[in-house]
Amino acid sequence: MSDALLSLEGVETHIGRYHILHGVDFAVPKGELTMLLGRNGAGKTTTLRTIMGLWRASAGRVRFEGADIAALPTPAIAASGIAYVPENMGIFTDLTVAENMTLAARGAKRLADIDTARLEWIFGLFPALRKFWGSRAGVLSGGQKQMLAVARAIVEPRKLLLIDEPTKGLAPAIIGHMMDAFRELKRSGATILLVEQNFNFARALGDGVAVMDDGRIVHRGRMRELAEDEALQTRLLGLSLAAHQ
Amino acid sequence: MNRAHLPLILVPALALLALPLVGSLPSWATLTIAGLAMGMIIFVIASGLTLIFGLMDVLNFGHGAFISLGAYVAMAVMLPMAGSLETASFAATLAMLVPVTLAAMAVTGAIGLAFERVIIRPVYGQHLKQILITMGGMIVAEELIKAIWGPQQIPLNLPGSLKGSLLVGEAAIEKYRLLAVGIGLAVFLAMLWTLNRTKIGLLIRAGVQDREMVESLGYRIRTLFVGVFVAGSALAGLGGVLWGLYQQNITAAMGAQVNVLIFIVIIIGGLGSTAGCFVGALLVGLMANYTGFLAPKVALFSNILLMTAILLWRPQGLYPVANR
Ligand SMILES: Nc1ncnc2c1ncn2[C@@H]1O[C@H](COP(=O)(O)OP(=O)(O)OP(=O)(O)O)[C@@H](O)[C@H]1O
Ligand SMILES: [Mg+2]
Repeated sequence: MSDALLSLEGVETHIGRYHILHGVDFAVPKGELTMLLGRNGAGKTTTLRTIMGLWRASAGRVRFEGADIAALPTPAIAASGIAYVPENMGIFTDLTVAENMTLAARGAKRLADIDTARLEWIFGLFPALRKFWGSRAGVLSGGQKQMLAVARAIVEPRKLLLIDEPTKGLAPAIIGHMMDAFRELKRSGATILLVEQNFNFARALGDGVAVMDDGRIVHRGRMRELAEDEALQTRLLGLSLAAHQ
Repeated sequence: MNRAHLPLILVPALALLALPLVGSLPSWATLTIAGLAMGMIIFVIASGLTLIFGLMDVLNFGHGAFISLGAYVAMAVMLPMAGSLETASFAATLAMLVPVTLAAMAVTGAIGLAFERVIIRPVYGQHLKQILITMGGMIVAEELIKAIWGPQQIPLNLPGSLKGSLLVGEAAIEKYRLLAVGIGLAVFLAMLWTLNRTKIGLLIRAGVQDREMVESLGYRIRTLFVGVFVAGSALAGLGGVLWGLYQQNITAAMGAQVNVLIFIVIIIGGLGSTAGCFVGALLVGLMANYTGFLAPKVALFSNILLMTAILLWRPQGLYPVANR
């Protein structure tokens, strides 16, 4: 296993009066896709938001390339090389697809400044974006919005991608398409922390895995091992999830 | 009909509806130009306020202070030029008014920067405190203006070349009102261009919809907000100059009076929407002038009635901003 690019050490997060994360520990090795799994309400989204500085950790450390980023403001965390695809996708629906991409490309003052070779690569992953390039993002379907959300995160090279449930609400055919895109992303060497509910998706893509329950990490290991151990899946994730996939 | 364009029709619809009520075409033309001029000035003032709310959820009841301040600064700068302004040609008048206006905008922009730091920043995210403290800020500003320039109403004479009317057919169209319409249109177009064609503008529109995502993309929304606040204050200062010349006199309380109208406008338009603010301002300006002529007694309430009617039709305003 290579070095950890990101590691969480004893991270606790409060939202208002609620204590949500109770000491979260796990690491994301460089160049790997790490799955973050867990039942509804386990604290996966809260973990990603805490890494991004959208919630503040009240204790513990978030190390990125060795430096503690837990106290940095969100824009500084993003500028250090972390891209975030939130659970609700965060699409700017009043703006066009092209404008959404231009804003995601911090280095680009104008559309024309986006690296064209990289854009072609993204169009290869998500052809719909080329088709709707000049359209208001609000007219995109749910699946197309999800593709735009991922595309924004990769419009410029980033060191780490945090992606929250990219298959949420998608039809099976589109999930297959999304899986292909993630395979290509992995081939490109990206480091990814991916939250998923879809176990097949997780099994197909994950290198490492961390499983959360009730604001804690309850299992850490290799995805392959978890995929082969049905008893462990049942214990960690509940029957319903593994069974109905 | 595209849902997005429907509210635009309200402006000509209101004007056409008023025509038979007013009865005479020349009077109607005069009232319509007066209404459009007033609407444009209100738009210049309110456009900043709606973005300030849209971007940071900040309710700034102190916005009116910048109207009065802009007007007083212009008055002070124009005082020594009074003689030459009276006799200058139209072009020379404009050449003198440009630095007057820029001075008013520079002062209101700078005070806006301080206002944001001292008054707004400590109450981010707390609406009740925002309302109280910004109203307090407005009262303090009003008293300071009285302390510096005195409590009495001060006449603000139109420069000689802007006085009087053009006769179009039988309709008398005041020159200054035409100029105000032109300036308002120019501000509107410049704003549309900025919001649609520049990266800063795109960030503002994106931020109005989803602040967190803009920050997650690596942009500091607070910096953006300070910029919008300063620009909005400077625009209110410009609006104050225009409004003072429109009324031809200024008082320390003029900002507080216009404040009511601009809140009606941004609510009608949909909080955070520039296009909505534009349509709302024109409707309010026209409504005030038509009812002022037809039924002076209800003129005061007419804009509240207008707001109620529009909110019954579209509870979020003419152009609801997504996510709000
Ligand atoms: N804004 C909030 N205010 C209060 N509690 C919250 C808030 N956001 C999340 N929580 C609580 O924190 C816990 C963890 O939520 P979180 O969204 O992180 O779960 P999750 O693992 O992402 O779940 P899901 O799979 O349903 O997306 C839940 O109990 C949730 O109710
Ligand atoms: Mg979640």
